[in-house]
Amino acid sequence: MYETVIGLEVHAQLKTRTKAFCGCLNEFGAPANTRTCPVCLGFPGSLPVLNEMAFEHGMKAALALNCQIQNFTKFDRKHYFYPDLPKNYQISQYDLPLALDGGLKIKIKDREKTIPVKRVHLEEDAGKLIHEGEGSLVDYNRAGVPLLEIVTEPEIHSPDEAYEYLSELKAILKYLEVSDCDMEKGSLRCDANISLRLIGAEKLGTKTELKNMNSFKAVREALNYEIKRQTGILESGQRIIQETLLWDEVSAKTVAMRSKEEAMDYRYFTEPDLPGFVLTEEKIKAVKDNLPELPQALKQRFIRDYGLSDYDVEILAQEKRVADYFEACFKIYPQAKSISNWLIGPLSYELNSRNLDIQSLGLKPPELTTLISFVDQDKISNLSAKEVLTARLNSKKTVEEIIQEKDLLQICDSGELSAIIDAVISANQKSVQDYSSGKANALMFLVGQVMRQSKGKANPKVAQEMLKEKLTNV
Amino acid sequence: MPAEKPLYALTGLELLDLIKQKKIGIADILESQSLRTKAVEGKVKAFARFTDNTTSGIPIAVKDNICIQGQPTTCASKILENFIPPYDATVIQRLKNAGFIIQGQTNMDEFAFGSSCENSAFFPTRNPWNLDCVPGGSSGGSAAAVAGDEAVWALGSDTGGSIRQPASFCGVVGLKPTYGRVSRYGLIAFASSLDQIGPLTKDVRDNAYLTSIISGHDPRDSTSLNLPVGDYLKSLEKDIKGIKIGVPKEYFSLSANAGLEGLDGEVKEAVEEAIAQLRKLGAVVSEVSLPHTEYAVGVYYIVATAEASSNLARFDGVQYGLRVRSADNLIAMYKKTRQAGFGPEAKRRIILGTYVLSHGYYEAYYVRALKVRALIARDFTEAFKEYDCIVTPTSPTTAFGLGEKLENPLAMYLSDVYTISANLAGVPAISVPCGFSKKGLPIGLQITAKAFDEEMLFRTAYNYEQATPWHKLKPKI
Repeated sequence: MYETVIGLEVHAQLKTRTKAFCGCLNEFGAPANTRTCPVCLGFPGSLPVLNEMAFEHGMKAALALNCQIQNFTKFDRKHYFYPDLPKNYQISQYDLPLALDGGLKIKIKDREKTIPVKRVHLEEDAGKLIHEGEGSLVDYNRAGVPLLEIVTEPEIHSPDEAYEYLSELKAILKYLEVSDCDMEKGSLRCDANISLRLIGAEKLGTKTELKNMNSFKAVREALNYEIKRQTGILESGQRIIQETLLWDEVSAKTVAMRSKEEAMDYRYFTEPDLPGFVLTEEKIKAVKDNLPELPQALKQRFIRDYGLSDYDVEILAQEKRVADYFEACFKIYPQAKSISNWLIGPLSYELNSRNLDIQSLGLKPPELTTLISFVDQDKISNLSAKEVLTARLNSKKTVEEIIQEKDLLQICDSGELSAIIDAVISANQKSVQDYSSGKANALMFLVGQVMRQSKGKANPKVAQEMLKEKLTNV
Repeated sequence: MPAEKPLYALTGLELLDLIKQKKIGIADILESQSLRTKAVEGKVKAFARFTDNTTSGIPIAVKDNICIQGQPTTCASKILENFIPPYDATVIQRLKNAGFIIQGQTNMDEFAFGSSCENSAFFPTRNPWNLDCVPGGSSGGSAAAVAGDEAVWALGSDTGGSIRQPASFCGVVGLKPTYGRVSRYGLIAFASSLDQIGPLTKDVRDNAYLTSIISGHDPRDSTSLNLPVGDYLKSLEKDIKGIKIGVPKEYFSLSANAGLEGLDGEVKEAVEEAIAQLRKLGAVVSEVSLPHTEYAVGVYYIVATAEASSNLARFDGVQYGLRVRSADNLIAMYKKTRQAGFGPEAKRRIILGTYVLSHGYYEAYYVRALKVRALIARDFTEAFKEYDCIVTPTSPTTAFGLGEKLENPLAMYLSDVYTISANLAGVPAISVPCGFSKKGLPIGLQITAKAFDEEMLFRTAYNYEQATPWHKLKPKI
């Protein structure tokens, strides 16, 4: 049997106002080539100037991944010719990266494991080629956008571990607010190295490099596919060829891109246009001390302070904004479980169906807690409450207005309900007798009658209890 | 005083004085300059092109590798023949802010690759002192324009001697400032860790004045240092009594070392006389050792070509400049464009630079060269602990004949032997005229000081210049 050995290389676009080495706006989706200048276009004579925020974002991420920030770091030029690379070299970091030797804790089947992070470095993104008709166009808006490259040691041993690592990494980068981590927009990209070796073997097998996966799921699928492919080759007594493969989402297969023989010689050397950086312990400490709470710590706190379950916390903590929203609600209405249920249930449903995040939804925490408290106080039914939420999100009316308009308040008033129940009892003597003779179903029938008489507004729970009481006293 | 001389023959500061005294206007300078250019340019061919100016100002010539917004800037290369920069280099901005106009852009060796101006894709420039000789290079156009009185003053760039060697060949003053003193933003890079922009002028005062205008920190150039700019004109007022001058013994025994071309006897004599003159002026002169001198040329042609191969990668026909349209795929477009766009010396250096950075050779060549570079820099650091400046010849010979070294690139490379070390060490160096050969060709004296001590250079150069007649002599053309 074979052991799977995986290493991941993630590129995260850093969320900065301007690009890595010039003053152009770092913006996704602007009209082609409108976020460019002589520097990011690599015009003759132009020179790069490092964006301090990009550097700090990089430090934050590296520290959150428990990496050692290096006291001296510098940039290097990585050379290859391609039209999306304006200078035909990329400003990157080679032999003295920003940070080394970290690790990221993941949970896999209730077992904890630390995935070692080998290095974290800064570099610039390339532009984008658009193939149109016979020619190709280049959009340089993305050229020079700051990227953080995060490389693991080859110590991931299953596609599921890879998936968990990516999820956890994404959560951390989002908590730090250093990257949007949106794979669809390309602000997070992942390449994977994978090889197999006989269990117990020390020497690593020949690896292949997988590219072009557009989601974490695709990473997992591609890795699973590659395990099967490599296993097949090894079992038939053949050798794995070291090569770069592209994942084809449509055919769900990996396709050869280039072999090792065609591998590039990037001719790295120190970028002479940017002096190296000395990072003092004080500077590193200052960044470290200002790190926000990270997902692991937040989860522990939520379990401890709010008594929530592991399951709830895992979901709430996926997005920092959701966790923050939870806490804002809790401050107004300290019912952790109810709020959690609503965030995980109906609200999450609305977010998904509207394809919005919690900030752009436009529902303020007090509105949600009002709604939840109505349910908790049995003033409206759970079902009605979901209807109110949908209506609230579709209009500018308040929760209270909608409840009133739709006439959704349940009858909890015992006087009013008592009259209805009395009428139902006197009109359904047969069922009353059935109940007395022990037929439990009869009670449900009577509750149904109460609901009908009240046009659905009676609180079924209250109605049932009152019915029971009255029937016992009959 | 200079009133009898035609205006074009005056120095920049002399002209500025006359303007200040309201004796002349800028229009008078431009007219005189224009007449002179008409008479001389056909023979010298110092300019790649002249500029139509909509505004008036003090004219200056600028090497054709410094970007001027809206003006073709070509590096004397076919690959940039149609390139019009969308921005001004920082030095151009500073000149414009100080009331200058760019009179024209001067010819050069393509991408500053060369020591004779013969590697220009357009035409060679000639030495005003002898039209059969080269003006030196790569800033040969700037040096020839100033020497021939076609320009009041000029900017050049110096990567391994490209300001000082042509200044020496043409009998003008040329400064390579400290690395980081003048912004490189807008200078089309040859070797980024060595390039500096500097002035070529008729005398030391003009040079000090121009340097004070173009110097200073530029937030667009991360390698420009944020240190105060000295009062360079004021530094000229001090004498040089008691300053310590070192004369590196290695520079005078070159022929024995690693097959390097020997020091010309006339040059040696002129420099020795200059040293005697400095002594007379009160300087304390003694021998100093820069033990790694003999490796400088070798190190330079690894470091400079490595960086050049990288800097020139961007000329690929995609965004600007030449594109050969007959290609039917991307790689063919790159190849055809670069084949047609670069001259032989550019190709030679790109190949050399690519080679020394390649896998398997990187350690043996590039990394090793960097180590030796550090040793060369240390030689200077050590020397400047004891000496205020170092005096040497600028070039081992006077201007050579056109075509003489064209077929022998190695001989051409060796003509930079005295100037290269200052770039490798990042220290400032100036070339001032110190005599003439029997054939009537100028000889240059190079003075080197510690980093950011341009004041010492100007002070020493000025004291020497004022005690000698050389700067007053003009070529008969």
